[in-house]
Amino acid sequence: MRNITLSQAVNEALAEEMRRDETVFIIGEDVAEAGTPFKVLSGLVEEFGTDRVVDTPIAEPGFMGLAVGAAMTGTRPVVDLMFGDFIYLIMDQLCNQAAKTHYMSGGKLNVPLVVRTNLGATRRSAAQHSQSLHALVAHIPGLKVALPSSAYEAKGLMKTAIRDDNPVVIFEDKLMYNDKAPVPEEEYLIPFGQANVLREGSDITLIGTSSMVQVCQQAAELLASEGVSAEVIDPRTIVPLDEETLLKSAKKTSRVIVVDEGHQSFGITGEIASRINEKAFYHLDAPVLRMGAMDVPVPFSPALEDITVPTPEGVAASARKLMSGEMIHAA
Amino acid sequence: MSPAKKTSNTEDYLRMYRQMVRIRTFEDNANQLYLSAKMPGLTHMYSGEEAVAVGICEALEVTDKITSTHRGHGHCVAKGAAFKEMFCELLGKEEGYCRGKGGSMHIADQSNGNLGANAIVGGSMGIATGSAFTAKLLGRDDVTVCFFGDGATAQGLMYEVMNMAALWKLPVIYACENNGYSEYTATDEIAAGSIPARAEAFGIEAHSVNGQDVLAVNQLTQDLVARARKGEGPFFMELMTYRYHGHHVGDINREYYRRKDEERDWKDNKDPITLFGAYLTKEGIATKENLAEMQAAIEADAAAAVEYALAAKYPDTSEVDMHVFTDVKHALA
Ligand SMILES: Cc1ncc(C[n+]2csc(CCOP(=O)(O)OP(=O)(O)O)c2C)c(N)n1
Ligand SMILES: [Mg+2]
Repeated sequence: MRNITLSQAVNEALAEEMRRDETVFIIGEDVAEAGTPFKVLSGLVEEFGTDRVVDTPIAEPGFMGLAVGAAMTGTRPVVDLMFGDFIYLIMDQLCNQAAKTHYMSGGKLNVPLVVRTNLGATRRSAAQHSQSLHALVAHIPGLKVALPSSAYEAKGLMKTAIRDDNPVVIFEDKLMYNDKAPVPEEEYLIPFGQANVLREGSDITLIGTSSMVQVCQQAAELLASEGVSAEVIDPRTIVPLDEETLLKSAKKTSRVIVVDEGHQSFGITGEIASRINEKAFYHLDAPVLRMGAMDVPVPFSPALEDITVPTPEGVAASARKLMSGEMIHAA
Repeated sequence: MSPAKKTSNTEDYLRMYRQMVRIRTFEDNANQLYLSAKMPGLTHMYSGEEAVAVGICEALEVTDKITSTHRGHGHCVAKGAAFKEMFCELLGKEEGYCRGKGGSMHIADQSNGNLGANAIVGGSMGIATGSAFTAKLLGRDDVTVCFFGDGATAQGLMYEVMNMAALWKLPVIYACENNGYSEYTATDEIAAGSIPARAEAFGIEAHSVNGQDVLAVNQLTQDLVARARKGEGPFFMELMTYRYHGHHVGDINREYYRRKDEERDWKDNKDPITLFGAYLTKEGIATKENLAEMQAAIEADAAAAVEYALAAKYPDTSEVDMHVFTDVKHALA
């Protein structure tokens, strides 16, 4: 199988869906000729023209709202939000409008749109360009949330998102755009709500999202060399969440660490940990541990920024403590 | 160049020239730090737009406030910041103006009335208007200048706060630095109609001025600041200017959105420093040698500051959870 970058994978998914369905269009800042600052969309405007790859003014609430209306009336917009941090600007249109329209209309109106944006720190971009805000939208009923962890995942999840009749927010990790992975030439989709067990193990379960999947994989390698067998699971989508796979693993290994790049408090890790506590409590040998980003705005200085996100060494260290029966609390 | 009032203004003129050269020199060094991989992240160069920040800030008092943008080094220097603390911030060092927590996009010398550089386009428009609200409420006579780019005029926030500023006659000056581009797109492709007319729709007096002419910018600002202090604000200025570099330092191959000959024309024929230098020598305010000496001194100053910043300490890791709240020393302790 060929290896392509995450960026190429997203590009292919969009191109394939735009060829298949002429109601799909992309809208956002510098998406056309520039192909976005991360160059993810390069070449799309050449094939699909500026009617379907639409450059906007720097007006996020405006083009988000426009996309909601366009989606309600027969198109499938893919809204390109340059940085995940700008989600605050589109919150009303996304959460009060897109998320609730189907419900408030008693099921009569649909909002089939995708917001594609990103997350991830350690790019030295400071507090307003480094956040991982997926928990914010996962909190809102009516929005689906996908977190691709590789090029393969990014392509399959994007295609599913575009075909979904609900508003979907996809967060790509902006540090992974150049990471390559095997991606089939043939068409494939990845269904929402089906977790991926990347590595089977019997002693401890490491649940990771987005780039934290790699962190968990590396932690599992470290642990393997010490004789600890870790299972690694990527939920792929946090809404819907594949509880069944997560619970099955928790019951098998009896120890779980949940790793995610959003802030640790009131976030994804807490949600998943609490579902496991509620539904697998009597199978557990240790408290389910949360490991998120530190509860501080992301600092610019490399000396500070690097200590705000979970690392393989940190995850492995926590796993060791859980294995030894030590009662611990994450940072 | 605008008419001279040379006898009384010699010192002011030389200071304006010096400040413009300081900004250009700061940016040249910042670019070098990026190219030599000594600076973390990216940065947006102000080179080419010096007359805007300097013309405006030279018309302000220390007590006047500004809000700045992602392209904020120029505003920071012009409002009185020192090289050493600026380079330290750029490199994420403890002695930086924001203790390394902000970096290039949030650089600001708060003690001189700089309320911060903002990485959200248009994000400071509310802040600037609020600062003017404070002045009015507390009976202070300071004025706030809100710097933003042409691209930022697309943000709805601008229209919400201009409406309130006009209704309540707030002492704020909206300064739109129109450099013709928003990132990789020419602004006339994404901005309908006229920019000053947006302010005029709210009954705000708006001016368009050559942003490469530091005296023109300065004289207009002096007039507007004086009137804003008397309660005649708000005002709107559109400053026609140009950025010499790419959108950020990494934006090298940019011919697909901006022609090389256009860049050359601005650099060769509309450079604010060259134009003002020629004016100063023609009017006998300074000799070419004076200006060259001044430049050499500034370059030496910058080189020393860079060297200092490179050797300076990073913040201790214990600082990571400081300053999250005002009343909690360590948020995670
Ligand atoms: C709300 C928001 N949207 C998009 C961006 C990404 N972005 C950063 S600078 C920029 C262009 C700004 O153009 P302009 O306001 O003209 O300022 P200039 O860079 O030309 O000085 C964009 C789109 C951002 N930082 N914030
Ligand atoms: Mg601009």
